[in-house]
Amino acid sequence: MDLNYTTEQTAFRAEAREWLAANVPPSPLPSFDTEAGFQAHREWEAKLYEGRWGMITWPEAMGGRGADLIQWLIFEEEYYAAGAPLRVNQNGIFLLGPTMMEYGTEEQKQRFLNGMATGKDIWCQAWSEPNAGSDMAAIRAKAELSEDGKHYIVNGQKTWSTRAVWADWAFGMFRTDPDSQRHKGLSFILVPLDLEGITVRPIPQLDGLPGFAEIFFDNVKVPVDCLLGESGQGWSVAMATAGFERGLMLRSPARFQQTAKRLVELYKENQASADLDPAVKKAVVKAYMDAEAYTLSTYQTACRLVQGGKIGAESSTNKIFWSELDRDMHATAMSILGARAELLPHAPQAGGVANWLDGWLFSQSGPIYAGTNEIQRNIIAERMLGMPR
Amino acid sequence: MDFTFTEDQLLFQESVREFLLNEVTAESIRKLWDTESGRSDQLWTQLAELGLTAMTVPEEFGGLGMNELDFVLIAQECGYVALPAPLVHQALVAVPTLINMSGDNADALKAQWLPAIAEGSAKVMVGLEVNMLVEDAHIADLLIMQHGQQLHALTPAQFTLQFNESVDPSRKLYSVEWTASAETLIADGDAAQQLIDGAMDRGALGVAAESLGLSQRMVDMAVTYTADRQQFGKPIGSFQAVKHLMANIAFKLEYAKTPVYRAAYTIAHKQQSSSVNVSHAKLAATEVGQIAARNTMQAHGAMGYTWEVDLQIFMKKAWAYNNAWGLVAFHEQRIADFVLSDSAVIGAGNTFV
Repeated sequence: MDLNYTTEQTAFRAEAREWLAANVPPSPLPSFDTEAGFQAHREWEAKLYEGRWGMITWPEAMGGRGADLIQWLIFEEEYYAAGAPLRVNQNGIFLLGPTMMEYGTEEQKQRFLNGMATGKDIWCQAWSEPNAGSDMAAIRAKAELSEDGKHYIVNGQKTWSTRAVWADWAFGMFRTDPDSQRHKGLSFILVPLDLEGITVRPIPQLDGLPGFAEIFFDNVKVPVDCLLGESGQGWSVAMATAGFERGLMLRSPARFQQTAKRLVELYKENQASADLDPAVKKAVVKAYMDAEAYTLSTYQTACRLVQGGKIGAESSTNKIFWSELDRDMHATAMSILGARAELLPHAPQAGGVANWLDGWLFSQSGPIYAGTNEIQRNIIAERMLGMPR
Repeated sequence: MDFTFTEDQLLFQESVREFLLNEVTAESIRKLWDTESGRSDQLWTQLAELGLTAMTVPEEFGGLGMNELDFVLIAQECGYVALPAPLVHQALVAVPTLINMSGDNADALKAQWLPAIAEGSAKVMVGLEVNMLVEDAHIADLLIMQHGQQLHALTPAQFTLQFNESVDPSRKLYSVEWTASAETLIADGDAAQQLIDGAMDRGALGVAAESLGLSQRMVDMAVTYTADRQQFGKPIGSFQAVKHLMANIAFKLEYAKTPVYRAAYTIAHKQQSSSVNVSHAKLAATEVGQIAARNTMQAHGAMGYTWEVDLQIFMKKAWAYNNAWGLVAFHEQRIADFVLSDSAVIGAGNTFV
């Protein structure tokens, strides 16, 4: 064990810090759940790509830096500390990109990866259906091969598709074998959202903005070269997409450490009133500790992986930990803000509420998306502890 | 950056675990409850033969010269079996206290006690005011006692003991009557305070590491029990309500481990952050201990409330550790003092500094 960064790691951090200091927009971009905000974030992705900071873990030949997971964590620390924009492109570069490198044909890699990297193509996910939420194997949306074998004819409905309103492409699972059941007969298919027969219906979220959408498919003709991996093997491909490393990349500890830091600052600014409830100080201390713990454990896992080790079943604990941490931290902030907590930032009496309310709202979704925390608890009990099904 | 243990450290942990699981069973623990001292000389000899008493003793005194980080995994295993012997205390608290001593008597004390500790022929315990009572004082050949901002070394002729029975029959707690004198004084003022602070941090690290093991053991027991126990025609472990009781321990336990390892590392490397790191480790690990005790007892149903079921061996120790080596409030305040200070550097990128 050696908890010091190497000279190279320190130099890498300095390089990232320098670039971010010179390039991060001075004031926050508008929410990417608005049309203007989406465009602004797309432009930011292009800028990241130009600086080769867009997807540093990708190979150099694809515009990345071939960075390992420790460098990734360092970059994320600098990224969040610099207050850089959220990644509108995360589905593409963190989820689909690595999956495509593993399962895609050479032609698919040539065709898709660059657009993904530059932000030209923004991707959304299409998994959930009205009757396939936690039970994803209940997917019914069909993709049937046309008689000439050139297209899939896609019919059905997907829902809760984040950022689908302005995205260019969707990826998800469809039933290619109409007689199949459950996990079998599903295929992983890439769908351009401008095809005829596709209707995207925005769903306003708790903040009123259309952060996710339903996608309706009515005899949509998707070319067969949009199949990723083998036909009928969609479940395996999807599991790779949802695998731990991807999860680690999506929710690296830095953002939670920054929230904990801001919470400490908020508490200090309001200490006299906050201390009227002793539970608040306790919660602030706990926020710091838990953000640290998430960081430490992530580093430990990353170190093990970098050394060629394998992810164990214990990795299924991480989603519960960060999502509940995030919700708890924002709940504490709401307590500190008191009567101002419910006010939108532009309300005359809002004072310095900053974006705590936005964060509070978003933190409510954490225990639900990417597999509810109840499902996560089942997974821990069954796969990690070996409890009976 | 390498936050992993070495192959050697993990292999040694593995072999110690195997030994302990064979030698320290619920049955052997219950047998000790019926003995006068509650401790076993034979077990202590075995621990010494494995090199465990020598681990943290410097090589020049016949030890293995290992540090807190090497020992932390062993402490975890001691917790897993609820070891009824003061190995963790001696290796993590008493030995470093002796090693870090300076001044006139220091060399003589080290030369007299460290080799004997290493070979298993002597036991040394440390009594700090924070703990009120001294565990295992009755088998100590030397007691190092805090007296305000002083430390004193006492041989058995220099103290008398009064037994204080604990709810955990494995814990042997004593109030110590003794008189401070120039003859017994071994450290004073700032030098003593440093030793006291160091003992406090290492004691807290020890119970934190043991709490990880205790929690894991309780989960393992409850998982086994709920797989066997049938109701409504099914193992009760197949019910989500029971699964979630266990999952709630497991995920918190996962995130208590690395704070404990980090604390062991920063103590071993004498880093400034170590006392805050220890407080984090202690809070996280003993909190899991409390949740594990509560949830595994619940999963055992009425059986969990009986004397007969072995869960009590681990549960009661976990309860006691919540209040040992600094109360929750003490450790929270130490973290608060750091986090809220104007000089604190926190946030992304500042974990390893």
